[in-house]
Amino acid sequence: MANSKVQDNITMMKKLLIFTVVMFAFGYALVPLYEKFCEVTGINNLLQPDILVEDNWVDTERWVTVELDANTTGLPWQFKPLQSSVRINPGEPVSVMYEITNNTDREINGQAIPSYSPRFLDKHLKKFECFCFTKQVLKPKEVRQMPVQFVIEPNLPTDIHTVTISYTFFELPDGAKAIRDN
Amino acid sequence: MAAVHGDAHGHGHDDHHPSGIMRWITTTNHKDIGTMYLWFSLAMFFVGGTLAMGIRAELYQPGIQILEPELFNQFTTLHGLIMVFGAIMPAFVGFANWQIPMMIGAPDMAFARMNNWSFWLLPVAASLLVVSFFVPGGAAAGGWTFYPPLSTQGGLGVDLMIFAVHILGASSIMGSINIITTILNMRAPGMTLMKMPMFVWTWLITAYLLVLVMPVLAGTVTMLLTDRHFGTSFFNAAGGGDPVLFQHIFWFFGHPEVYIMILPSFGIVSEVIPTFSRKPLFGYSSMVYATASIAILSCFVWAHHMFTSGMPVVGQLFFMYATMLIAVPTGVKVFNWTATMWRGSMSFETPMLFSVGFIFLFVIGGFSGVICAIVPIDIQVQDTYYVIAHFHYVLVSGSLFALFAGAYYWLPKWTGRMYNETLGKWHFWLSMFFFNLTFFVQHFLGLAGMPRRIPDYALQFADFNMVSSLGAFGFGMTQVLFVYIVINCIRSGEKAPQKVWDGATTLEWTHLPTPAPYHSFEKPPVLK
Repeated sequence: MANSKVQDNITMMKKLLIFTVVMFAFGYALVPLYEKFCEVTGINNLLQPDILVEDNWVDTERWVTVELDANTTGLPWQFKPLQSSVRINPGEPVSVMYEITNNTDREINGQAIPSYSPRFLDKHLKKFECFCFTKQVLKPKEVRQMPVQFVIEPNLPTDIHTVTISYTFFELPDGAKAIRDN
Repeated sequence: MAAVHGDAHGHGHDDHHPSGIMRWITTTNHKDIGTMYLWFSLAMFFVGGTLAMGIRAELYQPGIQILEPELFNQFTTLHGLIMVFGAIMPAFVGFANWQIPMMIGAPDMAFARMNNWSFWLLPVAASLLVVSFFVPGGAAAGGWTFYPPLSTQGGLGVDLMIFAVHILGASSIMGSINIITTILNMRAPGMTLMKMPMFVWTWLITAYLLVLVMPVLAGTVTMLLTDRHFGTSFFNAAGGGDPVLFQHIFWFFGHPEVYIMILPSFGIVSEVIPTFSRKPLFGYSSMVYATASIAILSCFVWAHHMFTSGMPVVGQLFFMYATMLIAVPTGVKVFNWTATMWRGSMSFETPMLFSVGFIFLFVIGGFSGVICAIVPIDIQVQDTYYVIAHFHYVLVSGSLFALFAGAYYWLPKWTGRMYNETLGKWHFWLSMFFFNLTFFVQHFLGLAGMPRRIPDYALQFADFNMVSSLGAFGFGMTQVLFVYIVINCIRSGEKAPQKVWDGATTLEWTHLPTPAPYHSFEKPPVLK
């Protein structure tokens, strides 16, 4: 092989290696790109307060049962809703209470992640206040009651009579910031 | 010897390389490395095949007989990983190593030392995968797509798998850089891009796809690793991550990956069919453009693997139409192959049989692919045996049949000896019969609702599963015949002439003796 050909080959390899590194970085760049995409399109936007619309129409003809569910994963708290379900009119602002209890002798940070059923409920559920928007720090043996305020919009499909709002508490490492969706 | 065009120095160098095992460890010769790739992939094909036999043995009857569910899951996971990364991909790289320099008139690959490295990484990765069966907790068991949370929760086996994927990725990237550079910089004078054989074209495009998506896979498994051990939360909902994000990043790699496994087989078939039809390939330039279109489109369809993950309808529609669009360039290829055969003076030696079988069965797999692309149907058949049947039609009767076609086609050139044509034909017809016996019934199982990756099933699926298992055992046995044919060919085949196939037109047949000398085209051939 002539020297110029070897040089050409090495130049080519350098370009391709740079391209490889760029693509590796692109894989990581997909993480913030998807976050931005979801923020802009409003997909999966569960940890942000919604804004209360003033002229809300309440569908007094219709009743929807909202079942409240509570779970913990990997942290020694007791977590429960104070009532297991509420019956509401779509469009009517509702406030429900949850209670967490730290039974241990140490301070623990936790945050709740919501989950809805049916899955498309997030399009019809507006939450103004929720303990899941921030992290919760519980001192040893502390008990705390926390509200969730929300509206289920009247445009919820009419074949839906029961919905479930579920929260799961996870432990956060000491000093960790609250999880935000973006 | 008929090597009149610039191979005068060919045989003088044969004794320069070390002998024995060191020859293979230190070799930088593209033919040696190609041979090692092919033997390695054949060995891994049997490892992955053994796992498949275990899966089908368990599914022979309802209930749990042979494999406990945990082990069954490890078998399905490792069967997929080993077949994709250990058998099919290295086999195509083996063909690339042997054939690309000979087909473009280059003396060797551009980076011979790196070529040696990219091969020798493979046995390391393969042993990590095999050893993972014997560590506490067993091998990875969350499916070959290793979705979290299963893959973030698994044991040491998952870590071994992650390292194996890293190493395999590095090997593939080095191999691709080598192939791209060889094709772009080392062609003989007069070999313009649009005169290159189709096999070389398909590999050029495949290699670009590999450097595009393999680093993204490396990033994905790195994220998985840091989620498992270093406290990050890319895919962990408890830390603000999202498991669906994994699926998006994984399939950004994963969908082009399936074309990485099929494009080189298009190339092989595009060499074999003109040879045995004794006509030039119909629509050469449209073949090149179709290959490029498939590669580009393949980067925009990843979310069709995720229709059930909760996607807006607009997204589902986009990915559905984009996926269906791929059928257009693929159809162009199928029509071109058919048109090549049209009024050709055809003969049906084993390579041609496998190629025609490839077209027939690949089209079935292609059609079931279009069916799966339709969102409402996909939601029904997601994770059922219908999907299993679909991708085995494109991967086994697609990629694997094309590999067999290529192996029979070039084996005489590589070894200098003919394989046994009668046994080759038996290999084809037995493979054809047992393949369809195994996988055709899986369409029915899937439509009836049998889920994949489950070691047991409801009683109404029993008959078809028994048929499928019998077919699988037959298919497995048939592949042992292939090994016998290859060894028999190397040991005691009849001596082959320079131009084994009278219809062949590429450089390795017209310019090089049989067997291909250890060093070929040290002086570039003269092209008319």
